[in-house]
Amino acid sequence: MDFSFVGSYSGDFLEGFKNTIYASLLGLAGSFVLGLVLAVMRIAPWKALRAIGTAYVEFFRNIPLLLVVYIFYLGLPSLGADLDGFASGTLGLMIYTSAFIAEAVRAGIQSVPAGQMEAARSTGLSYVQAMRLVILPQAVRIVIPPITNQFLNLVKNSSILGVVAGFDLMYFADNVNSYTFQTMETYMVAAAFYLILTVPLAYATNVLERKLARTG
Amino acid sequence: MRKRRWLGAGASLLLLATVALTGCGAKNEPASTNTGGSATTAPADDGSAVQAIKDRGKLVVGVKFDTKLFGLKDPGSGEVEGFDIDVARAIAKKILGDETKLELKEVTSKTRIPMLDNGEIDLIVATMTINEERKTQVDFSDVYFHAGQSLLVKKGSAIKSIDDVTKDTKVIGQKGATSIKNIEEKVPGLRVQQYENYQEAFTALKAGKGEVLTTDNAILFGMSQQDPEYVVVGGTFTDEPYGIAAKKGNADLVAAVNETLKELKDSGDYAALYEKWMGEKPPEE
Repeated sequence: MDFSFVGSYSGDFLEGFKNTIYASLLGLAGSFVLGLVLAVMRIAPWKALRAIGTAYVEFFRNIPLLLVVYIFYLGLPSLGADLDGFASGTLGLMIYTSAFIAEAVRAGIQSVPAGQMEAARSTGLSYVQAMRLVILPQAVRIVIPPITNQFLNLVKNSSILGVVAGFDLMYFADNVNSYTFQTMETYMVAAAFYLILTVPLAYATNVLERKLARTG
Repeated sequence: MRKRRWLGAGASLLLLATVALTGCGAKNEPASTNTGGSATTAPADDGSAVQAIKDRGKLVVGVKFDTKLFGLKDPGSGEVEGFDIDVARAIAKKILGDETKLELKEVTSKTRIPMLDNGEIDLIVATMTINEERKTQVDFSDVYFHAGQSLLVKKGSAIKSIDDVTKDTKVIGQKGATSIKNIEEKVPGLRVQQYENYQEAFTALKAGKGEVLTTDNAILFGMSQQDPEYVVVGGTFTDEPYGIAAKKGNADLVAAVNETLKELKDSGDYAALYEKWMGEKPPEE
């Protein structure tokens, strides 16, 4: 294998890498917050909230990510909202992943024994206070492994930007490939860049998990 | 042992599937309208190529069967139609006095020169670009179609030609196409949004993701016909002249083709043909 061509395309790879990082960070933050809110909605004691949460999760969890992104990219303009490839890709990624995160968090919360909520409420805490101070801190520890998986998926799924001209790593890898026809080498370089992101992310969450297990 | 057997079964299934698939593929390929009577053109320079066609009473032309606007076989009627076909008809009429004395054979970019060489066809009229390398293999007629890179925009767009494209113009193209390199060289600093294929690129243009779609004019004309809200502007800014090819040495046949082209242009029939297929008048020469 001959990687000598990589040097002359390093600008492309690096710009793609930068945009992949941006999309991933935005996606991680957005989907985490959104996922938490949705999870709480899904188990809220109010029926309307539960219905909205469930509808959202079941809709986005059960359609392909590509479709979500196409809706944002190609569908929304007909309603007057025009997002570029990066924005619609990242937004799609965020909304899609949040449904999975909501499910992981909900499962985590529900694995905290019901007695905890009853005890917290009987000390005079409101539902929201009990959730925030008692239930969620315990649930977080349980949900770290499944959420880590979702985060890793999100970083990898950011390659969806490549099909909507989102100028991410995958987009540039495709371009470099079509210019050089060094297919194997090009995609291996792209894989290396993804690993630079995903391996430390997995490692960091492992450390966090162990730390929480000790203090908790 | 048991596992092995399953493995074996799986492998043979896979093999079967592969065979079946490739079998289907092969079946689709040979689609020439061969009604017998292949063209055995007399070799050499003695002006006998045209005579051989007259003796046979039929002109055999290699055309594309899969290229929109130029040579496309209608799956319903089985008829092959396009700009190239109409030009071939005109040549048949010129040589034999009857445009129906024409046999069309399917060629691809790969098969057309070998088929010409072994005498299966008299002429190639198949979106063939004239270049130096090919000139050593075949004899070309005059240019019969100026292909080249052009721009597709929404009707009424401020962009009228390549001169209106700046580095901030949103330009759409197909991944890896030479047209991307061409326009990025013409407009320094421009970055083209690239899509997997032309259908996706056109969808993106229609969704307002860009102002201009650039590639060969022949492809753009096809898109423009799909949706007349989009028009080809500014002529071509690269040059890919299409020519009609005859076997090396058949100078009399090339002369007959050139005469046909000249008559078509002089009579205005060329402009009419061009407009019939491309949807607009031919550019001034």
